[in-house]
Order: sequence, then structure tokens, then C-alpha cells
Amino acid sequence: MISRASEIGAIASREIKKWYRSPILLFMTTIQPLIWMSLYGKAFNLTGLFRIPEEILKQLPPDTTARFAAIANEILARFFGSSDIDFFSYIAVGMMGVILLFTSISSGMSIAWDRRLGFLNKLLVAPISRSSIILGKVISSVVRGVTQSLLVMLIGLALGMKLRIAGTAEFLVALLTLILLGASFSSLIISMTIRLKSWESHIALNNLLTLPIMFTSSALYPVTLMPEWLKAVAVFNPLTHGIELLRQALLLGSVYYSQEMLWHLSILAAFASAATFLGIYLSNIALRKM
Amino acid sequence: MRAVEASGLRRVFGEVVAVDNVSFTVEEGEIFGFLGPNGAGKTTTINILTTLLKPTAGTATVWGYDIDSEPDRVREVIGLVPQELTVDDELSGYENMMLQAALYHVPREEARRKSKEILELLELDKFAHKKVESYSGGMKKRLEIGCTLIHEPRILFLDEPTLGLDVQTRAAIWNYIRMLVKNKGVTIFMTTHYMDEADNLCDRVAIIDHGKIKAIDTPGNLKSSIGGDLIELEVSEPNGCSEERLRTVAGVVDVALNNEQVLVKVMRGEEALPMIISELLKMGVGIRRVEMKKPSLEEVFLSLTGRKLRDTEGSKEETARMRIAIRRVRS
Repeated sequence: MISRASEIGAIASREIKKWYRSPILLFMTTIQPLIWMSLYGKAFNLTGLFRIPEEILKQLPPDTTARFAAIANEILARFFGSSDIDFFSYIAVGMMGVILLFTSISSGMSIAWDRRLGFLNKLLVAPISRSSIILGKVISSVVRGVTQSLLVMLIGLALGMKLRIAGTAEFLVALLTLILLGASFSSLIISMTIRLKSWESHIALNNLLTLPIMFTSSALYPVTLMPEWLKAVAVFNPLTHGIELLRQALLLGSVYYSQEMLWHLSILAAFASAATFLGIYLSNIALRKM
Repeated sequence: MRAVEASGLRRVFGEVVAVDNVSFTVEEGEIFGFLGPNGAGKTTTINILTTLLKPTAGTATVWGYDIDSEPDRVREVIGLVPQELTVDDELSGYENMMLQAALYHVPREEARRKSKEILELLELDKFAHKKVESYSGGMKKRLEIGCTLIHEPRILFLDEPTLGLDVQTRAAIWNYIRMLVKNKGVTIFMTTHYMDEADNLCDRVAIIDHGKIKAIDTPGNLKSSIGGDLIELEVSEPNGCSEERLRTVAGVVDVALNNEQVLVKVMRGEEALPMIISELLKMGVGIRRVEMKKPSLEEVFLSLTGRKLRDTEGSKEETARMRIAIRRVRS
């Protein structure tokens, strides 16, 4: 057990060292969610939808305006979980999930690189378990993803994101969510790329996967607003469950719905473990000697 | 105990037979070399012995462990230095050593001590904490070899250890390899397509071509199998020289007199030359100049395969075809 842990640790720490020593990589992978967040999140003023022009407001009886406000709040609460929410914060949390998707998918490329550089053979002639190689990669990718996600959160805060966290437990749930999202996506991508030889095909796969996963999740808009067919897709997208969990834990303060959180959390946990086992299983086959 | 014992190894990639019924043994403590052109099956043999590839047929043991049924045992007693550089450019030399140590479960304290010792041994201690990307080609190769020593392997597999290095660096790497054998007592299995490398470095050489072993012996014996060395003397009193008396000297195969020039073909020229000189002096013949030509492994390869080692490098198509076949099977 201890030796397994040290193998995994050695492989993971190699990747992490390489990552934090090249700040350009950190910068490049963080920049894209930031652009989404600031352009999309800041450009769209959610509560502005329901603002009544001053001259109309004057003509209405106070009773009517109060009722209109109540209806508007209810609509907002139904779609976004709370009436007291701004779209920028909503998008910023979505991007905390999206950046995990981006970093995990790009980290899967490291196996193709290792194979090309001969480093993979070096790992394969060592008396280590074949699954340690994959687990090391997944763990390093999770560490990178979670760090970058928290970085996005800090930048979001600096740009005016409003966090409402009920307590430590809720923050820990958010952290666990990030870890599970990272494990899901990096295991999934490793399962798909373990046999890829060229990294050109890897880039193609990257482009093929990232945007569809992002747009079929609730990163940019609530599931309740989606057409039925998209809803059906979104429910199977782990990113949806992750982002919903993050929003409930980070934005809704004490009004979060624990029943719903438990549901999202169990689906996400199930997905993460299934993806990890699939990754280990497929790479055991791919890395076994032929 | 035998360090490596291979019998009937065969490996087929699609339709290409990369290794064809190869059998040999490597004794403990020797430097054993596979000499052959690109695509002869050298790397495939190394990959089979280091548990990276399965043989299509045949068996092999490494340090007494079966490569098929005890791969993890084999992995513990070997170190592999592949053709390409696999040390991580973005880490320091010391970090590369520590990474390797963790992969072989060497305890941290011990790993630190040994890394220091090995880096000193390979004269890399001054650069231990510099990123590997700043190293020269020869330094990277040294580090690569050093990394594989951290778990004290019994056998080192070196695949073309001086490929692409300049002449001086190659000679330096040879010295390091000899030193490791002497200081650490490791056994070396190496491949090369450089004749001088096989000749200078290896205790025994297997000549391999098209996946088949053509001959295994010491470089000296391989060369003497060609028919010996040629000694060329320029003498001052050719009339007193007797061909018959020269023929009685031990090891002499053939003698030819041509005025002031005496040509003697001998086995083991180093031993025969002093005797020939003293025999000539006894005859009262003065000697102006002596030259000894030794046959190289090039001639050995030529006589065994019917072609020159250098010429075979021209068959790039063949090599490329082999590589494609190997890639296909591995994917």
C-alpha cells in the first residue's frame, strides 16, 4: 500500500512540478474561462430584465408594483435558485466548473507526450503497478484543476462576484465537488486517449469535446430554461451536476436545498468512480505488454 | 549464475520477423554487445528482455527470473537506458534521480545519499540542481545512465548508448561504462551499430543481421577468424632474410618477401610481432619500419553476411518498413 502511494505520488509530483514551473501554461488555461466570465457574465444583466421604466412605475398603484416585484422574484428564484442573484456570480461559478473540464482534458495529452518521448517506457520497465501510472496522472490533473478553479474564484471575487456560503461544511462540499469533477474528466479523457499516438489527434479530440460538454451543461444558463431534448442531455452531463452543487454551496447561502444537493453529489460521485475505474481498466489493457 | 539466458527468442510484427530464433547467454560481470545494422532486431531483443514486449516464441531468464512469468522480479534487477533520452528536461538532475528512486521504491534517505554519490561518480554533481534542458547531450546521457543505477540493478540494458554523440563524448561514455562495471559490478547488455564501439567496449559480441545471430565471440576471436593480422616490415638487409625461418614462428600463417618489404600474416599479431622481430635480428636483418594492421569487425561482418555494415545503413526503406510494422502492432 505504502509503496503504491509513493509510486503514484512520484508520478503526480513530476507533473505538478512541471506545471507550476511554467506559469505560461497556468495563464493560458485560465484566460479562456475568464473571457467567458467577464464578457458573457458582465454583458448580460439578469435583474435588468424585470426593471420597469420610471414613468410607467409612477402611473401604477403601489399595490401592483409590489405584486409585480413578487412575481419577478419568483421567476428568478425558480430559474436561478434565488431572487437575490446576479448573473455575473452565476456565470463565475459556472466557469469554476468549466476550467476543470479544460485543464483535465489538456492534461490527458501528457500520456501521448510521454509515449513519444520514451518516458512511458521508462515507467513501464519500473516494477510499479500499471494503474499507478494512470492514478498519478489523474491526481496531478485534479490538483491542477482545483487550484485553477479556486484561482478563477479569486479573480471572480475581485471582479465583483458575490459569494454566500453558509458554513465550512458547504465550502468543503464545494471543494469535494471540484475534486470529483476533475477526477471524472481526467479519467474520462485518459480512457479515450490512452491509445492515441499523435498529439494532433489529441488536439482534435480536445476541440471536439470541450465546447459540447460546456454548452450541454448548466454552466451558462439554467437547465430549467433548456428545451426538453437538451435537458435530457444535460442530466447526463457530470458538469451540470457539479456546477449545480457549486452554485448551491457557494451562492445560495442558507437557502440551499440539501435534498437536491445530495442527489447531485451522489450522481457526480458515481460518475467519478465509474470514470476512474474505466480509466484504470482501459489503461491496464493498453499498457500491458504485447 | 548467468545474467541473461535466452533461448529461441522470436518476435514477429505482422509479416516482418524482427527477431528470428535468437539464443545466447550473458555471463555475470561482462559487457555483452549486439552488433548489427539498424533494423536488425537489436531493440526488439532489448524490449523483450526488459519486459516491454512479449516474444512470439522462445523463453528467456534475466538474473534467473523468467521474463514471462516473473516480470516484476525482472524489472527490479534491471535498468534500461533506451535509445532516446527520457530524462525530464524540465526537472533538475537531482530531481530526475529522486523520481527514478521513487519508481523503484528506494527509501528517501537512501535515495538522497545514492543520488549524491552517483552524480559525483558521473561528474554531474556541479549541475545537480540545474534543469536538465541546460545539459549537453553527453551529460544527459550520463544522467540517463546514472538514473538507472539508483536501485542498484544487476544488469544494465543500454540501447545504442552513444547514438548521435560526437567522438570525444562517445569515448567518455565508454569510460564511464567501463568504470561502472568495475566499481559497481554491473553486467552490461548493450546494442550498437558502431564497430569501434563493439570492439573497444564489449567483452563478447553477437553479430546480428535480419533478426538472426551470425556469430558470438570476443572481438579478438571474431577478428582472428578472418585469418589474422597483417605485419608489414621494411628491412635493410633483405638478402639475409629467410622465409622458411619466419614461417616457424608461432602464429605465422603466411610470409611474402618483396625486396626490402616483408609481409607476414599472423594470428594474434601482438604476440607474434616481438618473436618475428627477434627472429629477423638473429638473421642479421636490420629493421627500418614496422606496421601492423588488424582486421576490424567490419571485415568480420562482411564475411558473415556478405555485405558491409556501412552499406546496410542505406536500406532505410527496410528500416522504415520495420518501424511501421512495430508501431502497428503496438497500437
